Amino acid sequence: MNDARESDLERSQARRLLKAWETPRGWRYWSAVNNSEVGLWYTLTAFAFFLFGGVLALVMRIQLAVPENDWLTHDQYNQIFTMHGSVMMFLFAVPILEAISIMLLPEMLGARDLPFPRLSAYGYWCFLIGGVFVCGSLFFDAAPRGGWFMYPPMTTQYQDGIGVDVWLLGLSFIEIASIAAAVELIVGVLKCRPPGMRLNLIPLYAWYILVVAVMILFAFPPLIAGDVLMELERAMDWPFFDVSRGGDPMLWQHLFWIFGHPEVYIVFLPSIALVAMMVPTFARTPMAGYGWIVLAAVGTGFLSFGLWVHHMFTTGIPGISIGIFSAASEAVAIPTGVQIFCFIATLLIGRVKRAVCLQFVLAGLATFIIGGLTGVMVAIAPFDYQAHDTYFIVGHLHYVLVGGTIFPIVAGFYYYYPFVTGKRLSERLGNLAFWLMLIGFNVAFFPMHLSGLIGMPRRVATYPSGMGLEIPNIISSIGAFVLGLGFVVLLWDVFRPKSKQPLVRRNVWDAGTLEWSGEVPDQPWGIRSIPIIQSRYPLWEQKNLLEGIDRGKFYLPDAEEGRRETLVTSAVDAELVHCLRVPGPSFLPFWAAVFTGGVFIFSTYHWWTAAGVCAVMSFCTIVTWLWTGTAEIPEKPTKSVGMGQSLPLYVSGPSAVGWWAMFITMLGDMTAFMSLVFGYFFYWTVHEEFPPAEWDGAEVYGPGTLWPMVGVALGIMAWCAVILARKSNRSDRSIAFYGAAIIGIVCSLLSALALFYGPYQNGMDPTQHVYTSSTAVLLLWTILHLVLGGVMLAYCIARRIAGRMDRQHDADLANVTLAWHFIALTTVITGATVALFPWVA
Amino acid sequence: MSTEPDIHPIAKHDSAAERPLSQQLWWIVVSPSLWAVHFMVCYLTAAIWCEKAGVQADPFALHFAITVYTVVVLPVMAWVAWSSHREFRRSEPPVPYDFDDPADRTHFLGFTAFLLSLLSLVATLFTVLVFVFVRSCH
Repeated sequence: MNDARESDLERSQARRLLKAWETPRGWRYWSAVNNSEVGLWYTLTAFAFFLFGGVLALVMRIQLAVPENDWLTHDQYNQIFTMHGSVMMFLFAVPILEAISIMLLPEMLGARDLPFPRLSAYGYWCFLIGGVFVCGSLFFDAAPRGGWFMYPPMTTQYQDGIGVDVWLLGLSFIEIASIAAAVELIVGVLKCRPPGMRLNLIPLYAWYILVVAVMILFAFPPLIAGDVLMELERAMDWPFFDVSRGGDPMLWQHLFWIFGHPEVYIVFLPSIALVAMMVPTFARTPMAGYGWIVLAAVGTGFLSFGLWVHHMFTTGIPGISIGIFSAASEAVAIPTGVQIFCFIATLLIGRVKRAVCLQFVLAGLATFIIGGLTGVMVAIAPFDYQAHDTYFIVGHLHYVLVGGTIFPIVAGFYYYYPFVTGKRLSERLGNLAFWLMLIGFNVAFFPMHLSGLIGMPRRVATYPSGMGLEIPNIISSIGAFVLGLGFVVLLWDVFRPKSKQPLVRRNVWDAGTLEWSGEVPDQPWGIRSIPIIQSRYPLWEQKNLLEGIDRGKFYLPDAEEGRRETLVTSAVDAELVHCLRVPGPSFLPFWAAVFTGGVFIFSTYHWWTAAGVCAVMSFCTIVTWLWTGTAEIPEKPTKSVGMGQSLPLYVSGPSAVGWWAMFITMLGDMTAFMSLVFGYFFYWTVHEEFPPAEWDGAEVYGPGTLWPMVGVALGIMAWCAVILARKSNRSDRSIAFYGAAIIGIVCSLLSALALFYGPYQNGMDPTQHVYTSSTAVLLLWTILHLVLGGVMLAYCIARRIAGRMDRQHDADLANVTLAWHFIALTTVITGATVALFPWVA
Repeated sequence: MSTEPDIHPIAKHDSAAERPLSQQLWWIVVSPSLWAVHFMVCYLTAAIWCEKAGVQADPFALHFAITVYTVVVLPVMAWVAWSSHREFRRSEPPVPYDFDDPADRTHFLGFTAFLLSLLSLVATLFTVLVFVFVRSCH
């Protein structure tokens, strides 16, 4: 009798839960924001770009198969190798890690979804639009042709056309999507774990992704800052990289490689993270040296930021600087090696089952080790002087990237395919693909080391005969096509119709981690009820866990109010904090991405009116999205989440995921700003006299001291007003709140005005010299932030008037206050730099 | 045969505010952050020195600055390593691997922080050795 009642209850709970998490149908399918759909689109799109980049590579190999080939013109070849690098890095390697993480991470952590599903969707649509725009330029002979690192002055003074702008604006737009994903993943790993999953129990994948997301946060902003400088030079003639007016192209190289070296670890670590999930499964034993692997992930993450100058050994910087970076480049081999030893140890301890996934994993490790060894060679400066810009480097980077990134991802495809579709890929085809890829890859890239040592430079459309380069090049070209054939086999295996094939059983690989707890076919709710986790491999070690999950014995087995919900827990010990309501399907992220994309794309063609209209539309869309979808006041303060627990439905400040997202976003923003400040001081080091009294016979005027200082004072007043507004709202003194907020808006706008007025009244000309342009860019950055800070305050006033914010429910204001701390800091640093530093310089 | 999920009672929580730094996530990044700061100031000092003081200048001031940075940073790293070592030696190592227990978490954080401190010490010494061997700008 009781059993019957219980199963009735379970059925009705499951019905309600399913209704809340249902995937929209028909054309509304594209409004989905759930991690399963967005992750799948993201993965397929990134893979499509990978194939595009691969075809470009084959085109290059045809051109290079024989000496003095004129199949492509030099200009076409330049476009193709530039696009190959840019597509593989920006449109495949980074997005695929985000895609796979968005798809897998919530399932690994037993979360129903990531904390900001609409942000993921927005990131995806940005990526799609930007990627299509950048790739499309190739078909109109308008593609960038400056290499994937776009060195000035070539790209600022010697290349007309819009290619460089396409690259700068298109990719900046995609970088925004990457940072959005980073915010999502950091908060996801730290705050959305199941109860009991302490830091020492997290799946290793999550550790790696946490490290990588933090790296993205500090690596991408310098590149965005560099993009801003280069675009200002191209559009407004501000001479950052023009030596005739005091600029210096080296700054671009610094900013680019401060991004570019961490970047290669950003694409490598997530793939190694996939390996860390697969190895224990196939060895059927827990990972040996969990702590050691966390050391490797965190250590690599840190050290990779100390390597960027090893891309610049031949630029004539002082030997001592070269030494410092050479030393760090050797040091990073330590943590990188540690994790590989852990994998090998685990495979030795366990009883290994043969599988295609594991073959790809082993091939990846072996290939990566070869690439790593050539890496240790080129980290030594004297050797690098010889090998720099030759095919030896091309060989090295493809060994590490294909071995460290691509092979593990292919393994991941075989491993997680049943997880996504409920069907398996064929082991027979997989074997064929494996041998084609492994042999093809080595045949293609090993000879490049030799042609490089013979002296074949990179990025040239052809080479003379009679230097001994014919044989390695023809071998490379043949190998490239064999490798391509391997990918064709993989593609066929992934997309061939499988309707006749039976569904796989649940947990098909007998893995131990939570993502395999899903039923087959998978239900849209992610997990039927969110369990308490008490071990690292819960499916292996916690008795009756699956049964408990399926019967809704754990947390959130029901959706009484028909809302999508997930649990938020504390960062270290995963104690229950809050029941988070995540938003459902919406087209808002899509439209926001369309309009944001419009701003960047129209700016490329200098259609300023259209870009301005898009900017306004995108602002309106984003405000609508925030207004309707965030910080909603719940109908009741707490909710019973099962197992006799009640949790608050609304939190603000540091317990809230939104506060963390704001904090992380502002850290990234601060990093971009500090890169601009770095630029200012960099120019000070390279000039005898900075600021110069005169240049080219004309006097150089700066921003003065008085007005920037007035600006700083007003900025600080605005910041104090924001803090006062927050306090008044807390104590429910509404007059004081409105007063303080309005004073804050007025002061922030006046501060922006003062920062503008100083240089304006002095007659400072940003195009005159790099001193004035680097001052102007700092002021411009700060002015934009102050205006944005004013807009945020206006939003809070509107929220309170509309009754969407009150004394207890003040998440909006808490986040705006947090942003204002950073805005105030930005204003103070800018003021001190542009107004006070010239006195001591 | 019971089909109830087998959940042992979760150990007593200690709230984040009460825990010492050595039991928080920040603890493991203290040493690597010190390495990063040391690395940056060494690089910037050397870069500015070579630009402003000139290649021919006597490098004594440069070496003195690097020595000061290192003398400040190394003891802190060593202290983090030592106290982490104490932290994870205090409890028995979780065999065969960790479970859901504050002591296991502390052990893990201590162990990882210890390893990261060693790595940071090595990397910092690498940086300093450059100044020992290269001596001046070129």
